Amino acid sequence: MSAPQGNAPARAGWAEEAVATHAGAEHLRTEEQVLERVERARRRRPRVREERITLAHGAGGKATRTLVEAVFVDAFRNPVLEQLEDGAAVSVGGARLAFTTDSFVVSPLFFPGGDIGDLAVNGTVNDLAMCGARPLHLSVGVILEEGFPVADLQRIAASMARAAAAAGVEIVTGDTKVVRRGQADGCFLTTAGIGVRERDVTLGAATVRPGDAVLVSGPIGDHGVTVMLARGELDIEADVVSDTAPMHGLAAALLDAAGDGARVLRDATRGGVATILNEIAGAAGVGVVVDEAAVPVREEVLGASELLGIDPLYVACEGRLVAVVDAARAAAALAALRAHPLGAGAALIGHVADDPPGLVLLRTAFGGTRIVDLLVGDPLPRIC
Amino acid sequence: MRFVDEFRDADTARALATRIAALCEPGRRYAFMEVCGGHTHTIYKHGLEDHLPESIRLVHGPGCPVCVLPMGRVDDAVAIAEQPDVIMTAFGDMMRVPGGRGSFFDAKAAGADIRMVYSPLDALKIARNTPDKHVVFMAIGFETTAPSTAMTVLRAAREGIENFSVFCNHVTIIPAIKAILDSPDLRLDGFLGPGHVSTVIGCRPYEFIARRHGQPLVVAGFEPLDILQAVHQLMRQRREGRCEVENQYSRVVPWQGNRRALEVIGEVMELRPWFEWRGLGFISQSAMQVRDAYAAFDAERRFAVPGVRVADPKACQCGEVLKGVLEPWECKVFGTACTPETPIGTCMVSSEGACAAYYNFGRFSRSRVRAGSAGPTPLADPVVLR
Ligand code: SF4
Repeated sequence: MSAPQGNAPARAGWAEEAVATHAGAEHLRTEEQVLERVERARRRRPRVREERITLAHGAGGKATRTLVEAVFVDAFRNPVLEQLEDGAAVSVGGARLAFTTDSFVVSPLFFPGGDIGDLAVNGTVNDLAMCGARPLHLSVGVILEEGFPVADLQRIAASMARAAAAAGVEIVTGDTKVVRRGQADGCFLTTAGIGVRERDVTLGAATVRPGDAVLVSGPIGDHGVTVMLARGELDIEADVVSDTAPMHGLAAALLDAAGDGARVLRDATRGGVATILNEIAGAAGVGVVVDEAAVPVREEVLGASELLGIDPLYVACEGRLVAVVDAARAAAALAALRAHPLGAGAALIGHVADDPPGLVLLRTAFGGTRIVDLLVGDPLPRIC
Repeated sequence: MRFVDEFRDADTARALATRIAALCEPGRRYAFMEVCGGHTHTIYKHGLEDHLPESIRLVHGPGCPVCVLPMGRVDDAVAIAEQPDVIMTAFGDMMRVPGGRGSFFDAKAAGADIRMVYSPLDALKIARNTPDKHVVFMAIGFETTAPSTAMTVLRAAREGIENFSVFCNHVTIIPAIKAILDSPDLRLDGFLGPGHVSTVIGCRPYEFIARRHGQPLVVAGFEPLDILQAVHQLMRQRREGRCEVENQYSRVVPWQGNRRALEVIGEVMELRPWFEWRGLGFISQSAMQVRDAYAAFDAERRFAVPGVRVADPKACQCGEVLKGVLEPWECKVFGTACTPETPIGTCMVSSEGACAAYYNFGRFSRSRVRAGSAGPTPLADPVVLR
């Protein structure tokens, strides 16, 4: 079929460049050779191709990981940072500490079940808890947009105070900046925290081994779906509230039950359970096999996700942990989670396998298997 | 989700799979094309291919509306979005589609006001609320989404909203199927017909496929059991030597289609003489444009749209992959110049495109899953909370 108009088509510069760059690559004849080349390319050091930051860089998926590794890990390189755990495990004069920081830019600031204030306190408390630490002291940095209502700020501060009291931590230092209208979206918070690691247990994705069990502490996706619905862009209403909660007690109960069988704890925030499991599979060089029917999801969240065209596995939680434990301790760990008020809906969702390394497999309720990959950016709703 | 679960039952699937396997003639291989991106999504999401015998292959067709959009149209849309006081609105899956000068996400990062919406009515709402800006809706999709675009234009006209227009990229499915059927090296045994499109156009328009091209077509729904059922119907037709159009999705799709929806489309839009498809080239009468009567709501007329044409790089072999002639790995640029991070061709754009799926998951072959090397999930505790 011939083209209708006369004017010669332009060439996409980047695409032609890419083709030219690889022009020398020989054309491989067999499937195995091609797959091997793809494997080699994947192992190469990540490089940020974009000239500017896009929203995908903040979504917690592949783009975020590439940015963090190519810019920050590369610049700051040290053994503690390179673990890329939820917080840093450091030692000071014999004291085993955990240290972490997190920024909060949620919109809307107030949503069913919480607000940016308790989210910021719980988020940092949870990062410390995931290091196996008892959270002690927090700092908070506040960035306010000119014109922001003082009453709202008071409401946020009150909610932070409540959350800190509930978590048994004190907010001991802070900082406030105001930027011109339009330079921020109301209120941004950054919290940092330190805690003490009193248990003699080494947690980390690298300790995970085949045969281990994978647990999740309750129904997933509540927070993300709540916030998406609270934005009011959709005319959907669902009876779901954010799961934001401090999990240090829950984590302690789990660690008591699992003892030295505990391998790694992660807070399933941005990117959801799917992203956490991919990070673990990648760091430990193992496969993670998840049973779809065993993953707890509330009907409301499932329904809203179907309508939104997104997968709950990628939706953020703010009060759910993913734990990998020695299979021999799985039953005890699960019982301990379920005995805690925050873990009543806990479930064993899968296990660790030696094959395929670095991948997360989902056995679907339909009886099939699929790979659960990291997303590039935010889960984008599908239309077709 | 009772309604949904009944279409996702694993035992029913296994029973159906046994019946499908029984229909396979020994030594023969079958390839069926699912025309619709929604089907590809279902197949992938539920791991449906695990239920099919090795001898049946599903070929992912051209039915993903964002994937078939040529780069030039993306560039045109970005050019509109970059004009002062314009808010561009688009469906979420449009945001990452690369044009010759980058995607909507890139344009947004460079300062253009581009917002994600869930329906054209959301875009109209933005227009109503921001009268000092002009809101453009990036209209994409097959006959499935065209009625809602048309309805929105009618509504804007009725309400006298002047700061709203659509950049119309609606395409029609039949000419695309024709283009595939006309390809000399086509090797297919039948089609899974698109469910949503058919709710609008009905089943009649597919009859030429059976009659003139000797290919069976079964219109299928979007639940995994719908698709298995449709594959079963295709296999039965093949076994019995029939070539017919059948409707597996009759609970939703009327044979005659939806007259009202077709009328609304016809009121607002007309066929373009030509439209370019990524990977398939120019196809005559394969897309729609806004009629003269609604010119005020046509972004192409309100703005100086550059009318960019960006050629697919010569090395790109998407056409062959779309038609099922080449396997993704056989393309000359697969895995080198063309990767999911820098997709050159349409099949690499969405994660469900044939090439992207293969790039990400090809190294983990289905046979390994089947052999069970990943082992069953040992559920220490069978209590499942749902
Ligand atoms: S590798 Fe890229 S260019 Fe080649 S067929 Fe696939 S998508 Fe098209």
